[in-house]
Amino acid sequence: MTESSKPPKFVGAALAVTVWALGIGIVVLGAQKYLPPVASAHGVGIDAMLEYLLVATGGLVIIGHLVLGYFVWRTSRSSAVSPTVPGARAQKVWSVGPAVAMTLIAEGGVLVLGIPVFNQLYLQEPPADAVVIEIMAEQFTWNVRYPGPDGEFGRTDPTLISTENGIGLDMEDPAASDDIRELALFTVPVDRAVRIKLRSKDVLHSFYLPNHRIKQDAVPGMTIDVWFTPTREGEFELACAELCGFGHYQMRGFMSVVSSEAYEAWLTERGH
Amino acid sequence: MSSGSESEIADDASVAAESHHELSFLRKYVFSMDHKVIGIQFYLTAAVMGLLGAALAGLIRIQLTWPTTPLPLLEKIFPVAYAGGFMSPEFYTSLVTMHGTIMIFFFVSLGLVSGFGNYLIPLMVGARDMAFPVLNMLSYWTIVPAILVAASSFFVEGGAAASGWTAYPPLSAVPSASPGSGTGQTLWLIAVALFIVSFTMGGLNYVTTIFNLRAKGMKLMRMPLTIWSLLIASIIGLLAFPPLTAAAVLLLLDRHMGTSFYLPEGLYIAGELLPNGGGSPLLWQHLFWFLGHPEVYVLILPALGITFDVLVTFARRPAFGYRITVWCLVAIAGLSMVVWGHHMFASGMNPLVGEFFSIGTLLITIPSTVIGVNMIASLWGGKLRLTSAALFAIGTICFFGVGGFGGLFLGNAAADIQLHDTAFVVGHFHFMIGGVTFLALLSGSYYWFPKMFGRMLNETLGKLHFWLTVVPFYGIFGTMHFYGMAGAPRRYYNLTQYGFLDSVNTWMPLVTTLFAVAMMVGQAFFLVNLAKTLMAKKNAPDNPWGATTLEWVASSPPPHGNWGPDAPVVHRGPYEYGNPDSEEDCVHQTVPAEQVPAHS
Repeated sequence: MTESSKPPKFVGAALAVTVWALGIGIVVLGAQKYLPPVASAHGVGIDAMLEYLLVATGGLVIIGHLVLGYFVWRTSRSSAVSPTVPGARAQKVWSVGPAVAMTLIAEGGVLVLGIPVFNQLYLQEPPADAVVIEIMAEQFTWNVRYPGPDGEFGRTDPTLISTENGIGLDMEDPAASDDIRELALFTVPVDRAVRIKLRSKDVLHSFYLPNHRIKQDAVPGMTIDVWFTPTREGEFELACAELCGFGHYQMRGFMSVVSSEAYEAWLTERGH
Repeated sequence: MSSGSESEIADDASVAAESHHELSFLRKYVFSMDHKVIGIQFYLTAAVMGLLGAALAGLIRIQLTWPTTPLPLLEKIFPVAYAGGFMSPEFYTSLVTMHGTIMIFFFVSLGLVSGFGNYLIPLMVGARDMAFPVLNMLSYWTIVPAILVAASSFFVEGGAAASGWTAYPPLSAVPSASPGSGTGQTLWLIAVALFIVSFTMGGLNYVTTIFNLRAKGMKLMRMPLTIWSLLIASIIGLLAFPPLTAAAVLLLLDRHMGTSFYLPEGLYIAGELLPNGGGSPLLWQHLFWFLGHPEVYVLILPALGITFDVLVTFARRPAFGYRITVWCLVAIAGLSMVVWGHHMFASGMNPLVGEFFSIGTLLITIPSTVIGVNMIASLWGGKLRLTSAALFAIGTICFFGVGGFGGLFLGNAAADIQLHDTAFVVGHFHFMIGGVTFLALLSGSYYWFPKMFGRMLNETLGKLHFWLTVVPFYGIFGTMHFYGMAGAPRRYYNLTQYGFLDSVNTWMPLVTTLFAVAMMVGQAFFLVNLAKTLMAKKNAPDNPWGATTLEWVASSPPPHGNWGPDAPVVHRGPYEYGNPDSEEDCVHQTVPAEQVPAHS
């Protein structure tokens, strides 16, 4: 255990430099702007949460790699073991310190930045003027329905499902006749809340709008409400984020965000 | 026997040790009750399964990198899965499912916990064998059918299970929902249930052996951290795994007996209205993650314990904060049982419950960070010798840092809305349950190989192996983090049609695959090393690294019964490096206090 020839020292220096490069590299590359451009009101809050985490945990990753690399470099070229053993006090200090830091960074982050956005999304009632849309996911598409001029969705019944009637709409229900139906495509006005009533016909799916920071599983047997406010006009992609079978990757849809005038015109065109 | 306090079991074992030469080949190497043989059986089985899992990963990488390129060569090898030269989407979802299942249940669990656990626990606590040798043998011979059942599922109609390693119903519950949801899914459930049976037998053995068969003087607070971590991991495994067996039985009943535990009313699948009603798909998710999350720690904790043992040996320093580390391991284990819901933030579960799980999950970062700091601090003041084992141990700390801090993104319910079920998650858990465990498995392999096989692995090949594992790993799974930030959903057969990924699709999948090729080359060095070393003459001394713990008292490899006529007696803690009263740089656990005063 006494040899201290050259190769081990070289390995120590190489390892230290590699550890530094890997730690700094993964954080610097990770901090690039990869997120799809944000297009919803609450999405700004989610991006703030993500940016906080990038800075805070990125800093911790870099510090950890720098210290570890430095220790490796130092101890791999040291010629003797230090004669003193760390005392109980040093061990406690170096446990309490990181524990306090992590409490502040991890719990502080989620309590101050995370939970408020999460509450806004899940616990706050959507505004009364929200556009209400029902989306029923199925292998491998999205059935979209607007309630029509009466503001009420017609009754559905799974026993009525057929190739022509994909969601099992009961045409004997007076509220059903004016429902507007679309497939994998829906239109909403900009700067107005959109309330999605999410359902599934068969297996789990997940309603994922990458630009709007929205992801919500569709669960058969449940109707799950999710709401958000689009802030930019444009055509945005919808994807499925829960494995739903071999066609999972094909469940592409579109949400078209238009001006409120264009939205009214679209509704009229669709018989509103 | 000189000591009157030896337990009866130990006496029996020493009698067995004297008569072991009468055992037939079959009893000695195949249906063996010796913990060392069983440990090596698990270890080698894990190695084979690791190669299989890696091969599946290779096919996944090829598909994601060149989704529109015809591959006639692969069509020749897999005429059905690659009919027409292109992989079928069904086969892709089976690959994703079986890669995860094999790597988690049949590679990491088998290698790290069943392999090292069986081999090391009796040796490191000073026992002659496990408490229940027959149960131990059964534990291995339950895994063999589990693996055969899982592997055979590729050859049944519809192919292997294709609902992910998480097997969420209704996809996994209704055979008509997907080709892989047929016989393949049934076989998958049987394989996983058998795995849990095997793991439970192993866990009972580990806990009983550690509590009841420790050598004289081996107090709990004198146990090496490898043993502490295996003990705590076994306890949470015993508490968390059986519920999934029950859940799997319920799912089998839903599939074959017409029950509706997981199936609500009104399901319309494959053109047919199902008669089920009254169940909930979310029930499975709770039961699955009640196993699934502790399972992560069942694998991570032993990896951390092994890393400590390797680090201190090569740094010649006591583990920094040994007692604090033990309590942190206990804290992580306790918390790991109550945070499963962080896998379900987007599932439709009550959002207030989600907030509870988010705050609880982030608590885990506190003891985890303390452990990380203790690992790094254990180097300080030492004289580090960078053997292959030490290199991999340092790599483990790096992965624990990246994986652990990356976990802050996903445990945070708000950030998770964007990142859930994206490639970010895939990158994250590969650093943790994939990387920390894999590197610790390799570190432990280089470290204990002389003990297990009586031969020293080649250090030059070992170092090449290290560089070609750790650097590519950052490249592969770091890039997956970025791909997930860009929004790429996981388990997609083809992502090229999504416009929001256009700017990253041009380079991220290709870069990931190139690094994966480099990493596979690195593993080839390990396989060559293994083969060359196993064919060479036995050359390992009993204690090649100058370590202090008990397993190094036994010969390399240890005989049946481990210790000869006298079992070791323990006089001190596991890491007495740098004891100022000693002339040497370390004091072995068996050195009596009269010779060198004990520190602990």
